[in-house]
Amino acid sequence: MVENNRWGNILAHIILILGVAIVVFPVYVAIIASTHPPGTFVRGVMPLLPGPNAIENYTTVVTQGRSQAGTPPIGGMLWNSFIMAMAITIGKLSISIISAFAIVYFKFPFRIFFFWVIFLTLMLPVEVRIVPTFQVVADLGMLNSFAGLSIPLIASATATFLFRQFFMTVPEELMEAARVDGAGPMKFFKDILLPLSITNIAALFVIMFIYGWNQYLWPLLITTDPEYYTIVMGIQRMVTGGDSEPLWHLVMATVVLAALPPVLVILFMQRLFVKGLTETEK
Amino acid sequence: MQTKRMTFSSKWLPYALLAPQVIITLIFFIWPSYQALLQSVYRQGDAFGIRPPTFVWFDNFKALFADTLYLNSLKVTLIFSVGTTLLSMSVALLFAVMVNRMIRSRDSYTTFLVWPYAVAPAIAGVLWWFIFNPSIGIMPYVLDMFGYDWNHRRNSQDAMMMVIIAAAWKQISYNFLFFLAGLQSIPHSLIEAAAIDGASRMKRFWTIVFPLLSPITFFLMVVNIVYAMFDTFGVIHATTEGGPAQATNILVYKVYRDGFVNLNIGSSAAQSVILMAIVIILTVIQFRYIERRVNY
Repeated sequence: MVENNRWGNILAHIILILGVAIVVFPVYVAIIASTHPPGTFVRGVMPLLPGPNAIENYTTVVTQGRSQAGTPPIGGMLWNSFIMAMAITIGKLSISIISAFAIVYFKFPFRIFFFWVIFLTLMLPVEVRIVPTFQVVADLGMLNSFAGLSIPLIASATATFLFRQFFMTVPEELMEAARVDGAGPMKFFKDILLPLSITNIAALFVIMFIYGWNQYLWPLLITTDPEYYTIVMGIQRMVTGGDSEPLWHLVMATVVLAALPPVLVILFMQRLFVKGLTETEK
Repeated sequence: MQTKRMTFSSKWLPYALLAPQVIITLIFFIWPSYQALLQSVYRQGDAFGIRPPTFVWFDNFKALFADTLYLNSLKVTLIFSVGTTLLSMSVALLFAVMVNRMIRSRDSYTTFLVWPYAVAPAIAGVLWWFIFNPSIGIMPYVLDMFGYDWNHRRNSQDAMMMVIIAAAWKQISYNFLFFLAGLQSIPHSLIEAAAIDGASRMKRFWTIVFPLLSPITFFLMVVNIVYAMFDTFGVIHATTEGGPAQATNILVYKVYRDGFVNLNIGSSAAQSVILMAIVIILTVIQFRYIERRVNY
């Protein structure tokens, strides 16, 4: 047995507690800032204890936003983000699982070719082909719409690979049994494969939801109508939307609301999250 | 590439199942990339249609590599990605090694360290931007007590430090989880054997644990560089906007600026093509690593 070093353990705890404190610090500051009245931020350094204005600030951002700077209420933006994240997640999962099914359970001409077409999407993130992708979406008339926000982002090589990997581990006998019993491919998919994949689907759901919620560049490009702003990109409008220093108490209340849903998802589904994260990289 | 031993037979069904994925890939991935390739070898026509686009071979690329702004952006991107990767990975490794020693408190520490993964890069940027705000932020106040006058609005190095910290902070969780998984897969007997031979804790770490972690370290390096190069657009755009004096103008931000703000399509397309080449190289490296790991 490796020696048990008492002081070493205490030192490790100290390092970790300090580490956790540093990791949590930015969010702590944001939460504190979101509870102060606007006056606090003109009088020098930011306080470290909560102020009295929490309810007022959150009500302001959710229902009014910064109307004088052209930023819509946060309530609507949160809803848009939710719709976009769900559309991207469900879209990615459904098209990936059926393409993986086709690649594993059928033999057909050009199978390898299609596999490579899907694989290419890994190599072409939006960031590297911004202008032409924007032009395509504009030509299709999809600017300022939920379709434009989500459809271009739902092709996913990683999810397809993960499902393919998983399908390869499903015992052959299941399919043979299904065929003996006269089940067609879609019946086999629906009644056997889908129920078996449920944990994988859930783990990917967590990862994809976070990915969708946190989209920034894409909504920035294709939404000009405040009605379609999502919350993560809306923060940038709040920071730069005015002519003077940002209204920090409102910006930070928005930041907290924008970060909350995905953080809650991770905290409540930590096991699935870890599974999804480590398996999509295999 | 294999299928199942026994497969379903249908002439049209597999194509129908693949269709949604393939159509979206063609319209939104392959076609725009082809356009970027095409635009990168043309000089754009003017807005009035008097001068049509002309084919200019590699002039756009030549112009880029003669442009001091672009060379500066390359340098900035290099510093930014290496800085983010090193900072984030070393902090994460320290945390993972410490957490791995714990038995009862392991899960609670993990919970506290994983959630920043969920914070969008743009939000991470705004959070640190606020902390470092020269007039009301806490860090400048503390640094001032040590006699350092922090101002990321004027000082290039301060601005670079700030975006690196913001980008690295968000990535710690990811690196931490992979390092922790790696540490837990190291056979305990190896470490015990070294302890019996009298190797100190530090020595055990550097001669046994760290070399055994090297595949994971290498993999994380590639993932982190990809992250720093392509996913950090929000950190820059929401805070420094490439400034002051181009000090944080990383490549993805420059593509966006040149394409949408300065409307220089040819140059932006050439930059896209270079970025694509970088992603393809990094993806190939990443996949070669994965093939190697499967063989272990």
